[in-house]
Amino acid sequence: MAEKHKFLEVKGLTMDFGGLRAVDSVSLEVCEGEIAALIGPNGAGKTTFFNCVTGIYTPTQGEILLHPKELPTRRLNGLKPNKVTEMGLARTFQNIRLFSDMTVLENVMIGRHCRTHSGIFRSILRGKGVREEEQQIVETSYQLLEKVGLADFATEFSKNLPYGAQRRLEIARAMATEPFLLLLDEPAAGMNPQETAELDQLICKISAEDRIAILLIEHDMKLVMNISNHIYVMEYGKKIAEGSPQQIKDNPKVIEAYLGEETDA
Amino acid sequence: MTDMLKEFKQSILISLWFVFLTFPLMVVRVNTTESLVEWRWMNMVWVALGSFILSYLWRYMLARQQARKKVADSGLEKQSKVTLLLEDATFRYRAMAVLLVLALIFPLAFDTYQSTIMISALIYVVLGLGLNITVGLAGLLDLGYVAFFAVGAYSYALLNHHFDLGFWTVLPLGGILGCLFGIILGFPILRLRGDYLAIVTLGFGMIVKIVLENWSDFSFGPSGIAQIDRPGLFGIDMDLAGSTIYIYYIMIAMVVFTILVTMRLRNSRIGRAWIALREDEIACVAMGIDMARTKLSAYALGAFWAGMVGVLFAAKTTFINPASFTFMESAIILSIVVLGGMGSILGVILGAFILILLPEYMRAFSEYRMLAFGAAMVLMMIFRPQGIISNIRQKYEYKGLQKETDNG
Repeated sequence: MAEKHKFLEVKGLTMDFGGLRAVDSVSLEVCEGEIAALIGPNGAGKTTFFNCVTGIYTPTQGEILLHPKELPTRRLNGLKPNKVTEMGLARTFQNIRLFSDMTVLENVMIGRHCRTHSGIFRSILRGKGVREEEQQIVETSYQLLEKVGLADFATEFSKNLPYGAQRRLEIARAMATEPFLLLLDEPAAGMNPQETAELDQLICKISAEDRIAILLIEHDMKLVMNISNHIYVMEYGKKIAEGSPQQIKDNPKVIEAYLGEETDA
Repeated sequence: MTDMLKEFKQSILISLWFVFLTFPLMVVRVNTTESLVEWRWMNMVWVALGSFILSYLWRYMLARQQARKKVADSGLEKQSKVTLLLEDATFRYRAMAVLLVLALIFPLAFDTYQSTIMISALIYVVLGLGLNITVGLAGLLDLGYVAFFAVGAYSYALLNHHFDLGFWTVLPLGGILGCLFGIILGFPILRLRGDYLAIVTLGFGMIVKIVLENWSDFSFGPSGIAQIDRPGLFGIDMDLAGSTIYIYYIMIAMVVFTILVTMRLRNSRIGRAWIALREDEIACVAMGIDMARTKLSAYALGAFWAGMVGVLFAAKTTFINPASFTFMESAIILSIVVLGGMGSILGVILGAFILILLPEYMRAFSEYRMLAFGAAMVLMMIFRPQGIISNIRQKYEYKGLQKETDNG
């Protein structure tokens, strides 16, 4: 681990909502080329953690540091979500948040927004540069759709897509922002085994081909154990364990907190 | 068939119920002077027939609406013939050319009165297209839009009164001032959404009107400003008819300009950001779109058109006072956008013509104007919530598109 380049470094992140401590000094690292997973029972604070990292919430305490490869280290605390995305950290949402009245292609094109520059006046004049940029946006977006296997749906409205496809579209949209770190919030939720298997392949492909590090929240243990290199476990806002999939499987604390609860239910 | 029979039965029941309800009012009449009771059986027949037809029509429309919704939900929605026709580029260009020619010969074929009505309709077209950016595209409900119109009108009236500045000098200035006020309004309400946003914009509209009414030193109060110069044309003196025609042509040019610019904006990176903001604010921000900037640009660019057309309004009427900028105006402009179809440029244009021209040509029924207006809005929202013409989607060409590979 030591010689690998750390992309994301979170130190002692704490998030309070009034008297409720949703995340309690959680530390976490995601390295280059890694697929890390954040697991834990419902309400453990995983999504809150994501929201802190991506700028939707400003954390009460702690440090969120992003180390891009070419650029200097940036502290993400209190940065607006769009700035965080510009830094190269994209995300998907647990409850799908697509632009439902836009086509599938347009959804991905929105992701290109922060990497393109035509302003109001240039858009009105619509010169050669703007037209070329527009075409570039369309082509890149289409290629991303091909990558996630949604090219045939390009002109559909995103609200008409099946559930699994909507999840993949969210990934494509996030990738359009050219991130080096991708946060996936329960990408397999509500998917059938077939779709989950496809998602498994897709995530591995993104990690291997695009060299994007991935941090995912997931409840599907099979998927998590299959693809992740490093797993963090949270319960009641605290990190209770971390390690390789095998270490996590054998960790009694995790079994008690997580798997134990499942047998109870 | 059984469905139809059921609807039929229901309608008969409703009509009987109405007959029963209106019986004492419509049928029985007591003549007190002669102590006689009159039975007006014909009225009963009319009530029965009327309520039956209306109820049946209502049910039929609702059923159709439901069926269409079901199809739309299943994703197998077939585009209507109108939409298909409108999406055909060659047809669109031809139609535009024909319309433009018609618009250009209009004042020569009709009298000054017709031209004046047409000018006010065109003013509302521009207003509608401007508000369409804020409400239709960016989804920011604005109930005080007329304030920007007032800003434009007063900026010309005052600059003309005090400094003798001409129409053409102030025209862009009015737009820019509108823009500025849009940004001034935009800043404090960046965080607001939905109902709260609507209330604040409503308040803003009120504030502007009240300031204009009461700050007499600045705006001459309710008595307004008179004798504003008409637009000049290289110092040529024009009579009323001539200058009306001249303003009409300016207005046509302005509408064409507005359509061109708003169309390009909508189909640009900025326009997509607006639509994304309307669809989902959080996702929009998470995709790297600067919310503050996008919202402010939507307000500013929406207000720009109101400011600019306000200048023309002042020049056309040569007299303005705060009474022209009431909440009712904001409501009408908003109705134009909603009735026409949110985000749809063609829809907004049609909406403006319908809402402004119909009342003009139906002067005979002017007492029922608000009634018809309200009824039309209610029916529209029930049966066609997307507006007269829903937004025409932009087509993109890319490699891998089967139909048009040669463009790739």
